[in-house]
This record gives sequence, C-alpha cells and structure tokens, in this order.
Amino acid sequence: MDLPTFAVQCLNAVQYGLLLFLVASGLTLIFGIMGVINLAHGSFYMLGAYLAFTLAPAFGQNFILMLVVGTLLAALFGYLLEWAFFSYLYQRDHLQQVLMTWALILVFEELRSMLVGNDVHGVQAPDWLSGSIQLGSLMSYPVYRLFASAACIVIGLALWAVVNRTRLGMMIRAGASNRDMVRGLGIHITALYRIVFAGGVALAALAGMIAAPMSSVYPGMGGHVLIICFVVVVIGGIGSISGALIAALLVGFVDTFGKVFFAELSGIGVYLLMAVVLVWRPQGLKGAA
Amino acid sequence: MSFAPKHAALAWATLAAVGTASAQTAPLKVGLMLPFTGTYAALGDNIEKGFKLLVQEQGGKLGGREIQYFRVDDESDPSKATDNVGKLIKRDQVDVIIGTVHSGVALAMARAAKESNTLLIVPNAGADAITGAQCAPNIFRSSFSNWQPGYAAGVVAAQKGYKKAMTITWNYAAGSETVKGFIEGFEKGGGKSIKDLSLPFPNVEFQALLTEIAAQKPDVVFAFFAGGGAVKFVKDYDAAGLKKSVPLVASGFLTDGTLEAQGASAEGILSTLHYADNIDTPRNNAFRKRFALAYKANADVYAVQGYDAAQMLGAGLAAVKGDVKQREALQTAMAKARIDSPRGAFSLSPQHNPVQDIFLREAKGKNNEFRSVAVKALADPGRGCKLP
Repeated sequence: MDLPTFAVQCLNAVQYGLLLFLVASGLTLIFGIMGVINLAHGSFYMLGAYLAFTLAPAFGQNFILMLVVGTLLAALFGYLLEWAFFSYLYQRDHLQQVLMTWALILVFEELRSMLVGNDVHGVQAPDWLSGSIQLGSLMSYPVYRLFASAACIVIGLALWAVVNRTRLGMMIRAGASNRDMVRGLGIHITALYRIVFAGGVALAALAGMIAAPMSSVYPGMGGHVLIICFVVVVIGGIGSISGALIAALLVGFVDTFGKVFFAELSGIGVYLLMAVVLVWRPQGLKGAA
Repeated sequence: MSFAPKHAALAWATLAAVGTASAQTAPLKVGLMLPFTGTYAALGDNIEKGFKLLVQEQGGKLGGREIQYFRVDDESDPSKATDNVGKLIKRDQVDVIIGTVHSGVALAMARAAKESNTLLIVPNAGADAITGAQCAPNIFRSSFSNWQPGYAAGVVAAQKGYKKAMTITWNYAAGSETVKGFIEGFEKGGGKSIKDLSLPFPNVEFQALLTEIAAQKPDVVFAFFAGGGAVKFVKDYDAAGLKKSVPLVASGFLTDGTLEAQGASAEGILSTLHYADNIDTPRNNAFRKRFALAYKANADVYAVQGYDAAQMLGAGLAAVKGDVKQREALQTAMAKARIDSPRGAFSLSPQHNPVQDIFLREAKGKNNEFRSVAVKALADPGRGCKLP
C-alpha cells in the first residue's frame, strides 16, 4: 500500500469512526446515566434517515436548517417517548427493558412500513456539498464525506462542552457515577432523565440524517448500526463520552484496515478488538471500575 | 353369508371413485411461504401477486381445481425456516409449497420438502444447491441459480476485451456463488480476476474497499449487492470517482428495484439477468399490461417468477387433470413442460432449474433496458445433483 492510498484509508477510517461516535454517544448516555438497555436506539438512527428523506425536498439547499429542524423534531419525539414508555423502566430489571425496547423496534419497523413503504430510497446531498476532490489518478473524495466528518467533530465538541462546562453536564456526570446521591441532593432526576433521553434520541437521529445522503434509506437499517454501537459503548466504557470517541475511532480503523488486509476475516476484527479490550480492562477503556 | 365377492368389489370401486372425485373438487391447498415483512417484503408481495395473476387468468383455478391459499411469513429468517415450513407441511397439510426469496430459508425448505416429499417450487432464491447438491424430484425452481447471471456477466466482460477484473460482494452464499459464476465465465473468455473483495453481510461501509479498487486499477469491476446495500454501493462507487475510470458490470440485482434511489449514479451500468424491463414481445407486453391493470403497479422480475411458478404448477396439474395424488406423473409433466414466460419461453434442466436466455441490460432512467442476449439458453451445471 503506497502512501496516498494509506492516507485515504486513514481518512475513511476516521470518517466512519466519527459517525459511529455520534450514534454511540447517545446510546452511552442513556445506558450509563439511566441504566436502560435501549435496543431501540438503532431505530432512532433509522428515524433520522427517514426524516432526512422526508424533509430534504422541502428544505432544498438549506441543508443545515434541515438538520436543525430534524434534530429538534427527534428531540421532541424522544421527550414524549420517555414520558410514555421509558419512565416506567428505570425500576425494572434488564430483561423487561430488553423486551420493551425490542417491542419498540418492531413497532417502529411496522410504522415505517405503513408510512413510507418498504422501498429503498436515496437522499440527494445539496448542490453546494455534492462536488468531489481529485485524489491520485483514479480516486476522488466526495466533499460531502468531509462535511460529515466536520459536522461530527463540531457536534462532538459541543457535546463535550455541554457535559464538561455546564450545570446540566455536571448533573449528567454526577448521575452517571452515583444516581442515588444525585437524587439525595435534591436534583429533579425525572426531568434530568427526560432531557438526557431526548438528547440521546436527537444525537442518533442527527447521525442518521447526516448519514442519509452518503448511505441510502432502507428498512432494517437500524439493526446493524445498533450492534456496532453496543460494541463501541462496551469498548469505550459504559457512560463515558470520551471513551465512546476513542472506541469509535478504534473500531473505524480496525474495520477499514481489516477489510483491506484480511478480507475473509473482516467480520470478526471488531469483535476481536472488543474481546482484547475486555480481557485487559473489563470495565472498558474509560469506564469506572 | 351370501355376500357375493363381485358386489364387494363393485362397492369398493364406487367408494374409490367417490373418494377421488371429492379429492378433486376440494380446493388445492397451496402454501405460500414468502417474506411478507422485513427487507424483502416488497419481493414476497410481488411474487404472490404474480402467482395469483396467473390463477386469475385461468378463471381462479389450476388444472380444474379451486385454490385455497395458506400464507406463512418467513421473515427471511433462516433460524425460523424449519418451524415455518413445518406449519405448512404438518399443520395445514398443503399439496404444494411456493417459496421463497432468501436462499438460507429456501435451503431449509428444500431439506424439509425432500424429507416429507412435499412438492416445492422456489420462486426466487438462487442458491446453487437447491438445484445442485440438494436437488430432488419434487423440488423445482422458476427463477434462476446464482451461477447463471454471474457466468453471463463474466462472458460479457471478456467479450468487451477486459483482462483484469476485481470482484466485490457480501461474504454469503448468494454473493460468493454469483462471483464464482463470474470468474468462471470471465476466465473462459481469457480474463483473470486479480483480487476478490468481500465484506460481511449486510455491512455497507464500502469506502475502504473502493480505495483498494482505485489502488489496484483493474479494467473492470464485477459487483453483487441487493436492496439497500446495492443503492449505497452504486452511489459510493460514483462518488469515489470510479465510475468514470473503471467500468462496473453487475448481476442484475444491483440495479433491480433500486434505480429510483440510485438516481444518476446508476445511469449506464451494465448488468445481466433473466429479465429486463422492456422486453418488447407480445407475451411480455400483455403480461405487464394485465399486471398493471390488476394491481396498479409495474411488474418486475419477482412478479414474473411468481407468475411462472404458477405456470409450472398449472402444467403439472393439467397433465394429471388436477389429481395431485398422481405425484410422479405430475412431477414428470412439470419437468418436461415448456413454460411460456414473459421473459421468453424456457424449459427446465434435468435438475429442475430454468434453461434460459440471460440478458445484458443497461440502466437508463428508471428502467433496466434490454441491450442484447448475453448468453443464449444458459443451463446451470447443476453440480452435485444426483438426479438422472
């Protein structure tokens, strides 16, 4: 592999990793702070992709505005969902949480089938992002992919600022390390949970919207994302945002280079990484022991 | 006792005659085991519509028998396949099973059909083994084997003068069998595959492999993907700038039912399949018109496969006048039938797979337009099949 090809592959790895981080960060927040195993998280990613498909024609070139509107809609949806279903799950054991969120996947898939049908759809990137940069003699790199990476970095930084520099973030961090103490200090835990859950849904949907023009929009698209995101969350350490970032990038690199060098075994590379990390640090890279 | 043996024989004969008569007037039990939910729901739906269209054309009957349908949703889930097919065989005791789309499910169905000697017609799943190592006198296929479109694409690529190819697919049965067919056809024509890329099903992160293609610079790339993965692959291939420099040849499933989502990225892609959207024959035109009239939607390759499954069953039933108890005669008639399909007439190979023309198509707008016949009357080699 020559140097330019290597550089492009690194770019691919970082881009895939950043997108994974965006979905996984929401999952790790919900999992770590609220203690809910949310299998329906992949459905929120799918929701985002279908939102992009539905909203794109109406917004035309105002792609950023569409992302903002879509994120707000998703957050509202998450808020209602927490109120209607998830708020009853906190005191239950994991089996009931898994059953309930699994049922939600089935409901969301059926709703999707009824509302949008079972066809595969594409989402057009706006004109100002649809060019590409020539790399080497054969290859070119789509501008939209660079935009997606940049967007993920911006969102990641914003998330870091919220968690580490605001009062809300302080409560979230406190909630992740000791739920009972937070409640004991008189913090309104119900409202906190509702906000965190809405934020988690919004992050997954935003990732889905950003991914839609690169990917396609199709039934069952949440399933694969869900599994790989659980891998990221477990490697990174449950509840840790920075852990999720490191883990997502690691997964991006292992997946990308695994495919190139060990095509036959590429399916297991990521899981091998998870096994190695768990043997070394059972609580994950940044997880609390 | 003066019960004359003559009279007893007569009584038995009358009873037997009444028995057969009632068996023939009772509706024929047809089990439809298809994906009615999930990724392949649209495919299962069109197969059922195609099947019922033919039955409707025959006045709601096949071989003079009314039809009673038993529907089972297989969810394209191989782990539930044995249970699901068992419902049709044991609980509903159907006379014939039509199914399915997913190859893994279809292989489990073929195993169950073989063990219970139930008549099975596969209206899509291309797994080579169904009419290869797993073949049986009671197992038929109205669609294709994975090997067929792959082989034809290899022949086409070699004819176009390409020497170095790369292949890319999902690492599962349909993908690797199609790619094997391509390599066989391509090497026969003097070409060589320099690297075979694969990724686990249904992973859609193609970027790393596209970069690898750009680094290796082959003359042509052969791809097999379907559904959502196919849309993403075609768009990524275009976005990576490879479409201009390295031509893409594919099995028809890369661009079937997906052109609208793929948009301009798919324009001009050559693919091989046993059907094209604009085969201009009176047979196909009439079929498409009737389908559109009945369902307010356009027919596709899956509808044709469902329609032909019904034609095959109809041919068998006609030969035994609707009496499914005469199974051997029915199966012989099905195996020898010449099916007047919208894709063009075909007969079956000794292993019960269609011997059919594979077309070269080009993606234009929302259609896969017929260009030429890539290979005429292509028969799957039926490797591993021990049928006479």
